[in-house]
Amino acid sequence: MLKIKDLHASVEGKGILKGINLEVGAGEVHAIMGPNGSGKSTLASVIAGNETYEVTAGGIFLDEENIEDLSPEERAHNGVFLSFQYPVEIPGVSVTNFMKTAINESRKAKGLEDMPAKDMLKLIRDKSELLEIDRKFLSRSLNEGFSGGEKKRNEIFQMAMLEPKLAILDETDSGLDIDALRIVANGVNKLKNKDNAIVVITHYQRLLEYIVPDYVHVLYNGKIVKSGTKELALELEEKGYDWIKQEAAV
Amino acid sequence: MAYTEEELKKELETKEYEYGFYTDIESDTFPIGLSEEIVVAISKKKNEPKWMTDWRVEAYRVWEKMEEPDWANVNYEKPDFQAISYYSAPKKADPNKTLDDVDPELLEMYKKLGISIDEQKKLQNVAVDIVVDSVSVATTFQKTLAEKGIIFMPISEAIQKHPDLVRKYLGTVVPTTDNFYAALNSAVFTDGSFCYIPKGVRCPMELSTYFRINQAGTGQFERTLVVADQESYVSYLEGCTAPSRDENQLHAAVVELIAMDDAEIKYSTVQNWFPGNKEGKGGVYNFVTKRALCEKNAKVSWTQVETGSAVTWKYPSCILKGDNSIGEFYSIAVTNNYQQADTGTKMVHLGKNTRSTIISKGISAGKSQNSYRGLVQVSSRAENARNFSQCDSLLMGNECGAHTFPYIEAKNKTAMIEHEATTSKIGEDQIFYCNQRGIDTEKAIALIVNGFSKEVLNKLPMEFAVEAQKLLEISLEGSVG
Ligand SMILES: Nc1ncnc2c1ncn2[C@@H]1O[C@H](COP(=O)(O)OP(=O)(O)O)[C@@H](O)[C@H]1O
Ligand SMILES: [Mg+2]
Repeated sequence: MLKIKDLHASVEGKGILKGINLEVGAGEVHAIMGPNGSGKSTLASVIAGNETYEVTAGGIFLDEENIEDLSPEERAHNGVFLSFQYPVEIPGVSVTNFMKTAINESRKAKGLEDMPAKDMLKLIRDKSELLEIDRKFLSRSLNEGFSGGEKKRNEIFQMAMLEPKLAILDETDSGLDIDALRIVANGVNKLKNKDNAIVVITHYQRLLEYIVPDYVHVLYNGKIVKSGTKELALELEEKGYDWIKQEAAV
Repeated sequence: MAYTEEELKKELETKEYEYGFYTDIESDTFPIGLSEEIVVAISKKKNEPKWMTDWRVEAYRVWEKMEEPDWANVNYEKPDFQAISYYSAPKKADPNKTLDDVDPELLEMYKKLGISIDEQKKLQNVAVDIVVDSVSVATTFQKTLAEKGIIFMPISEAIQKHPDLVRKYLGTVVPTTDNFYAALNSAVFTDGSFCYIPKGVRCPMELSTYFRINQAGTGQFERTLVVADQESYVSYLEGCTAPSRDENQLHAAVVELIAMDDAEIKYSTVQNWFPGNKEGKGGVYNFVTKRALCEKNAKVSWTQVETGSAVTWKYPSCILKGDNSIGEFYSIAVTNNYQQADTGTKMVHLGKNTRSTIISKGISAGKSQNSYRGLVQVSSRAENARNFSQCDSLLMGNECGAHTFPYIEAKNKTAMIEHEATTSKIGEDQIFYCNQRGIDTEKAIALIVNGFSKEVLNKLPMEFAVEAQKLLEISLEGSVG
């Protein structure tokens, strides 16, 4: 589904991604781990089409198609979803209104009419139940005054509403207490099926106990320096990243 | 009640007569320039009583000695007042003109705003077929108003039909000597609206639809007078959400509101005159004086959405004369390209326990300049006066400006005055966040701007709010590259 080939990206002339290769198939869950500042969020942004970063070499393919020329919104319409590490605030725009706009804009791009209000309401009801979100919460301004945990839960609520083909979750676990983590992970697992794929970016093994990855990759200094199965995550938890750094330095 | 075809036709004829200024001043355009003779001639042309003529002449004599103010934070070439014609017959529908002759860009805008074909024609001065529906609506409308004793008509007609009422109140809130533009307006106004709500009457409808259809005929120097007698209520909507590409360079309107004891007036405006092109050429100068007088326990709310004009100079104000009276000002001002707006309000607290609220939202894009200018004045005998002001600015891009000039003059120690101000910028991260959810940049900006303006949009009557939202979108189109 997702193929990344020798991807190089930079910002203000400074190279951040230095040759990433990654393949994610339908129905798979991949975890990307790595020390702070390795380029994990940058990779997620570049996949989503953030124009702050310049792709200097290599390419990203979605279902065999190079998405280089697609705008961020077109990528979204094609099923790419990013749960942000730091979701932004949009004052005065309610969660409901924001989601309504997002869904209808995607439908418009596909040549569909707006979703009927009745269906929209049902969808909101179902998905807010899935993530155990109080309906009152949905009338609040998007991310304004939300706690760290509320922001993350709201990101996954949006994922549930939009049902993406490829979801990238950037440090969704940070800020969540253990109960919320369980609810959010449970929500993600329910959304998982054989046709979609999930990329989980995290520091900790903790989340991976709930969302079990098929593959684990270690990103360090703009490159994937090691790949393995879920055991690799345990090993990292135990030993830290120093040995990886040493290996990479050789 | 059903109307026969015949009755409808008749009604329509009388309607033309009723809304007089379409028909009664057919002919010519006056020579350019302004003098006492011209002022007298305007009055004569309109068949006005002597007191009205004298009033105009007095205003003219005052104006002659005044200088155009230049304290506002706007820069423009001062109009040459001797190069304007102060009286011209309103444009008549051109029987040979069709919508095909109209600028397609403008028609595109109408479509976006959901303006009906008939209204489009009206706005573009294209002859309109009789629409049975709108005629009967207007008729029932007039009937309901008449039953309640509500007077609502062009001010020129009111001068003929209700001279005592007009004479009693005209110029009592905005005297002819008030300022340069108000004096000019007093001397040369050709029309506008007059509205009187009798004691204890709640006007059962927003005075709007009617006005919108008639908007196309209003002139350069509009005069509006609204009088709400004791314990009455009226919601008045001024303006037209359709962009009208008025060729008039200068608009100097005066609006006077009088809310007597326990009365309430809600006055909402949407202004979107031609703002000039992307290079800052052309566009309307909009210099408006709007003021309300509040007697005991009275309440006046000004709500405005200002998106048009090249230069806007406008400060809808409240004189809180009566004890316990309330003044409110809710404003959204959008500037784009080379537009300049200097707008705000004046709340003058004279009575005891008077309260005022000011919520101002300025949105600047392009190379525009957007200023809020407000004065909260508390007189020495205004015990326990309270004011809350909030001025928020939203900037798009790096080339525009937002300025806030809040003035406070409190002469009574019991006054409680609060002022809050914020300035924010639409961030690339906000736009990307929306993009990532499938919302394109244009739509994202509209969403963010609407969120920013929500507190004020919520104050508009429902159907107006929807159109105002669309208008904000259109005004900011192409403002972020
Ligand atoms: N917009 C940006 N401008 C400048 N430097 C950036 C920007 N985004 C990321 N970087 C830099 O790129 C590197 C990788 O950052 P990031 O992708 O956020 O790492 P991670 O998510 O793995 O912690 C860091 O050194 C960071 O400072
Ligand atoms: Mg990160």
